[in-house]
Order: sequence, then C-alpha cells, then structure tokens
Amino acid sequence: MSMSMTTPILQPVERENYLNKEYGVWSWLLTTDHKRIALLYLISITFFFFIGGFFALLIRLELLTPVGDLVQADTYNKLFTMHGMVMVFFFLIPSIPAVLGNFLVPMMIGAKDLAFPRINLLSWYLYIIGGVMMLHCMLTGGVDTGWTFYAPFSTSFTNTNIIEAGLAIFVAGFSSILTGLNFVVTIHRMRAPGMTWSRLPLFIWAHYATSIIQLLGTPVIAVTIVLVAAERALHLGIFDPKLGGDPLLFQHLFWFYSHPAVYIMILPSMGVITEIIACFSRKRIFGYHFVAFSSIAIAVFGFLVWAHHMFVAGISVYSALVFSFLSYAVALPSAIKVFNWTATLYKGSIHYDAPMLYAFGFLGLFTIGGLTGLFLAALGIDVHVTDTYFVVAHFHYIMVGGAVMGYLGGMHFWWPKISGRLYPEGWARLAALIVFIGFNLTFFPQFVLGYMGMPRRYYDYSHMPEFQVLNVLSTAGATVLGVGYLLPMVYFLWSMRYGKPASDNPWNAAGLEWKTASPPTTFNFDAEPVVTWEAYNYEELDAPHKEGVPVAR
Amino acid sequence: MVIFVWGALVYFKERTPPTDASEVYVVAKQWMWKVEHAEGQREINELHVPVGRDVKLIMTSQDVIHSFYIPAFRIKQDVLPGRYTVEWFRATKPGVYHLFCAEYCGTQHSGMVGSIVVQEQAQYEAWMNGGSTGPLSASGEKIFAELGCATCHRTDTPGRGPNLQGVFGQPVQLEDGRTVTADENYLRECILDPGAKRVKGFQPIMPTFQGLVSEEQVNALVAYIKSISANKPPGGAKATASVVAPRHEPGETRAQAGERVHAQPNGSQVQ
Repeated sequence: MSMSMTTPILQPVERENYLNKEYGVWSWLLTTDHKRIALLYLISITFFFFIGGFFALLIRLELLTPVGDLVQADTYNKLFTMHGMVMVFFFLIPSIPAVLGNFLVPMMIGAKDLAFPRINLLSWYLYIIGGVMMLHCMLTGGVDTGWTFYAPFSTSFTNTNIIEAGLAIFVAGFSSILTGLNFVVTIHRMRAPGMTWSRLPLFIWAHYATSIIQLLGTPVIAVTIVLVAAERALHLGIFDPKLGGDPLLFQHLFWFYSHPAVYIMILPSMGVITEIIACFSRKRIFGYHFVAFSSIAIAVFGFLVWAHHMFVAGISVYSALVFSFLSYAVALPSAIKVFNWTATLYKGSIHYDAPMLYAFGFLGLFTIGGLTGLFLAALGIDVHVTDTYFVVAHFHYIMVGGAVMGYLGGMHFWWPKISGRLYPEGWARLAALIVFIGFNLTFFPQFVLGYMGMPRRYYDYSHMPEFQVLNVLSTAGATVLGVGYLLPMVYFLWSMRYGKPASDNPWNAAGLEWKTASPPTTFNFDAEPVVTWEAYNYEELDAPHKEGVPVAR
Repeated sequence: MVIFVWGALVYFKERTPPTDASEVYVVAKQWMWKVEHAEGQREINELHVPVGRDVKLIMTSQDVIHSFYIPAFRIKQDVLPGRYTVEWFRATKPGVYHLFCAEYCGTQHSGMVGSIVVQEQAQYEAWMNGGSTGPLSASGEKIFAELGCATCHRTDTPGRGPNLQGVFGQPVQLEDGRTVTADENYLRECILDPGAKRVKGFQPIMPTFQGLVSEEQVNALVAYIKSISANKPPGGAKATASVVAPRHEPGETRAQAGERVHAQPNGSQVQ
C-alpha cells in the first residue's frame, strides 16, 4: 500500500489506467487514446446538449400561453432553429458513435485503439471548430430558417447569418465522416484473433452500418450547404426560382442526407439496447444474424426514402407512391429488431437495473415513434399531419425517446468501465423513471395537437386558443424531463469522486470490454485477447460450475 | 400493406381535382393569403365557398414556400414560387374553419392564418354579388388587350404567335421535338419565360413578361386563355408538371401586387 504512487484515500492500490497514466491539459488535448478522445467528446456534447435543452425550455415556456409574450417572433424562430441545429448536428449525430462508439469499438473487438488514432483526434478538433463557429453564430444573432434551411427562404430572404451556420455544420460534418471512416477500417482490420464477423457484438454491427451512412451521406449535405452559400453570396440560380433555380431540388438534396441522418442517430442506440437487453435478460440475443443484417438493411433502405418528407411539397403523385412504399419497406428491419428484442426478453432472467430501465423506455418509446412513422408514411394521413406537431412528436419519440434513451442507457451500462466507479443505483432508477414520465408528458400531447391541426414552428397560436391545454401539459412535461436529464449528470460527476470502485465486470456481462480492467489501461488489454466463444454466451457465463469463460490476458 | 394502399388511394383522390370544380386563384406572400375567385371576387386571408361544391385552388407564391393547410378538410399543399400547385376540396358543412400556413416562411409565419367561410348557396351568392369587378377571365381579356398580345396571337388569320383559341388542355408540339400539355403551369411559363418551351414552327420573338405582370395578372391571363378554350379537358393543372422556373424581379412584382391588392376593400363583402 505504501508503494502506491497515487493518493491512497479512496482506492488503496490504484492500477495504472488510461485516466491516471498522465495528468495535465496537454495529455488530454494531444491524446490519441480513443478512450480519452471519447471523454473529450463526452464533455463537449454534454455542453451542447444543455445549450440545446435550454433553447427547448424557452420554446416550451413561450408556448405556455397562446399569445407571443415571452420572446419576440424573430427570437422564437431563432430558438427553434438553434435548438434543432445544436441537437441534431452537435449532440445527436456524435452522441453515441463519438462517445460510446469511440470508447467501446476497439475494446469490443479486442484492439488496442482505432485504426487511425490521430485522425480520431482530428475529428474531435473539427467538431470543436464547428462547435465554436456555431456558438459564435448564436452569439452574433443566430439563424432563423429552421434547421432545415429551406430555400428560397434561406438563400434569398432571411437576413441572418446562414453562411456561418452552414460552414459550422460543414466542418462538423467532416468530423462525422472521419469517425465513420475510422470505424469502418477498424472493424475490418483490427479484430482480435477469433473475433469473426458473426461473433461481433451487435453494437459493432450497428456502428458499422452507421459508419457507412456517415461516409456516404454526409458529403451530400456538405455539397448542399456549399450550394446554399453560393446562391446566397454569389446569386447563382440554383434553388430560387427568381434566379432560375428549383426550390424542390434543395429539399431533395437536404433530405437525401437528413433522412439517413436519422439512422445515424438511432442505429447506434439500437446497438446499445441490444447489448443491454442481452445482459439483463441473461440470454443470447434472439436471431443474432437477423439483428445484424437488419442494421445493414436500415442503412441501405434509409437512403431510398428521403422524399417521404415531401409528399405535399409538389412532387409527382407517382414518385410519392414509390417513396411511400419504400418507407414501409424500411419499417421492416426496425420491426425485426423490436421483435427480436422482445423474443430475447421472453423467458429471460430479467434484472431491473438502471440501464435496463432505459432499455425498456427505449422499447416503448421507439415503438410508438416507429408506429406513428407508419401513419406518416401513409400518403393520405401524411397530407393532414405533416408540418404539424404530430411530426414534431413523432421525431422526438424516435430521436429523444429512442436515441437519447439509448445513449443514457449506454452511459449507465458502461459508466463503471469508463470511470471505474459505480453510480448510486437508486438515483439512477429514479432518473430513468423521471425521464420516461417527463418525456411522455412532453410529447404525447403533441401528437394530439398535431392531429387537431396545430402547425409546427408557430410562435403565436392566439387564433386557436383551444390548443392551450395540451401546450401547458407539454411544457409541464418539459420541466420534468429537464430534471430527469440533470440528475444523471449530477450523480455521474458525484460518483467520479465518491462512487464505490467498480469491479472489472460489475454486470457479469459478456463481451471483451468486460474482460479488461475498469478503467482499462491505455492499450485496453495486457495481451492480445483470443476469442474462442460466441457472442452473448450468457447461458455459459451463468452455468453454475464455470467461472466465466477462459480468456487470454 | 393495406395501410399503404389505403393511404395511396386517399392521396390519389386528393391530388386529382374534379374537372368541373370552380376555380380559385391563390397568391401567397410573406405573410398573407391573397385569393381571387374566377368570378372576380377578391379576398385576403379569407376564402368564401359554397357548401357542397368542388373548389379547386390554383396556387403560387410571390416569395418563399408557403403551405395552404385547412386542418378541418384534411388538406395541405405547399405553395411554391415560380409554379402552380393545386389542391381541391368540397365543403360539406357551413361554418368557419381555420386556414394555416404550414410551411415555415419567416417572422410572421404564425400570423399567416385565416378562415375558410363555408356558406349555404343562397348566402354565398349574396356575398358573391357584392362588390365584384367582373370575372377574372374578363380582367384577363383586358390585360391581354392592353399588353397587345393579340397583335401576334391572332384568332382570325395565322399570326406570328400561336392561336390561343382552344389551346388549353391540348397537347402542344414543341420546337425541340417534345410534346407537352398546355396546362396552367405551361401557360404561366410561356408568359414569363417564352423561350423555354417554344411551340414548333414559331420564331423566338416573344419578349418575357417577367416583372411586367404581377402574379395576379398572370392568373388573370391564364384564366382568360382557359375561357377561350372550347372544351375543358380532364386533369387541368398538375402540381407535378416539371417547370423550368422563370426569372423574377422581386421588388417590382411585389410593389405592383401590393398596389392592386390594397385597392380592394378587404373582406368587406362578408355578410
């Protein structure tokens, strides 16, 4: 004990790990360790999450009363625009891939690091540069086009700083492309001996599919942004009919990326949920190959459905029919996943730990989000509810109810591995419950509002005071939800100092990341692991006479 | 699958206006709806319709994209600058219904709201008789004469431009070999960008009327050309017709339009 170099107050013998190996600002800012970069991302996206959340709270407070009283119309328009941009481009898209993916992809496949550690660091810097530009843009007036940038409003009419906001997203987009590239190469080239494709955790499959979308889709939004900037700055006629352009072209280009971008947000979350459900049901995941290939199928089909955002935009009836049909097709792989998760739960030995509560939350909310997606894909219904609060509720059920629930579930599941500490379980379960209740209270009334016909992006609904009750409910829910999101941040921070030290495998979970120390050493494993077992071998792990399965350490 | 087919059928019906519907021209601008009935009545942020009659809206925008949304009728259609889109409905119950702009269009997006006033036939006729300036096609005929269109588009002898009598809804052979249907979008484009789809056998001598005529005047001209077409063909304007969007001088168009609109007593015809 006396030989320990570190402070022996909390942990008598602290092994060397990625957190205590080096100290000082530069050891973090110049690190190439994927785990440290993951933590850099964690801090930055949490920052943006609370900025975006603050905007959301102001939006909800404004809608408490039918008249516009809290902020002015222009301010409100900027609030929902910045809320969307920050949450989509600076929180949701990097959230799971850049934090949990960065941390776990190398460990899950038994690698020392990602294939390109320096590019990994570069991608964080690009994210930060984009983020700083976005902050600067916000502080100097913001943007009022909605995160969708629809032309010709964005190119010829608004007088806000579109070009800077676009450039910020452009730069952050490259961060996303590089992360995707890194994952694809790492998953192909860096798997440990014995880690075959069909032994990969489904988290890895989900990230593989996500990376493909990031690589193929993100350049399109980059091009679109450049075209918007060109039309705005140089008056080239691309989108504005007065200059000889076509406004629908913009929508096609924009949604060609932005629809698959939804899958960038939700696929990694599905991967997280798969890991959690297998672990806390103590069962091999039902239909491994179906779940794996459904991720790829979602990535592929996701590129073929973009125009379902445009059924009332003025596209031809026949192309609307095709896109409606394909939108049903993309529901199939998602349904396959939901059914396989449910089948995994069936006769499982279910443990109600905090990560599992988030996973249950995900299952319920994602299913509601997915089913209302089928409503929207039905052409006749879409005409009525598109561009109303029904759509707002639908995509929040997918992105917040799905992606954020998965992200929080994953953070709880892997927090002992990331920090080496246990968080207070009681508080974590309470937070999961608060998030679930707050979420539904916020967004369920919006389905009803949308069906009643309240259009989205309305700052003032004094012409239709009948909408107020539901808006008040929604605002009340948002405050509950806000508390639910603050709690985990508080107790995670608390646990870093006061939490009980975590064992290497506190959940007795399968997966290579649990066969190394908590927190892991810089190169993850003391010796290269050799995989001789199938994924999710929970039956084997729980067999009475076996102490886990042999692993080369 | 069933939902898909069902949804598709509803959509198909919703996108195919009946041929005998009464026509209303809608011009959207930041941030108001300007409505002009084929009979010549004009309204702002209000639309009076009789109960039980099919109404077809032929819509365009002066600036950004808007969306004409009547929740109670379950219809919504984006209104785009540079082309016509259409939607239709048949009101079944008298009353006043919300009209919303559903596509975000700037500062006063949430103020771009109005009412659809559905009246019994008798009431509607009484409203219609108050303060009309004559049918839209008649003002179109006047503009047609004022702009001197008839010097080339002659009906008596072959002129330097195509004879427009009976042209609406008919296939037109173009100089580049293609054939298009002369729907509202095509007529509109020929006025604003005559060179884009020139009729076979005619010289490119027609000047553009971009900036010289307002959106309302274009609507009137289109209504006039339609009125001199003997048979009304099926289909009418298709929201889907591909259009090379014309060029505008925004300031000029808007100024003219504003002048014309403000000369009208807004909504004073309401009973």
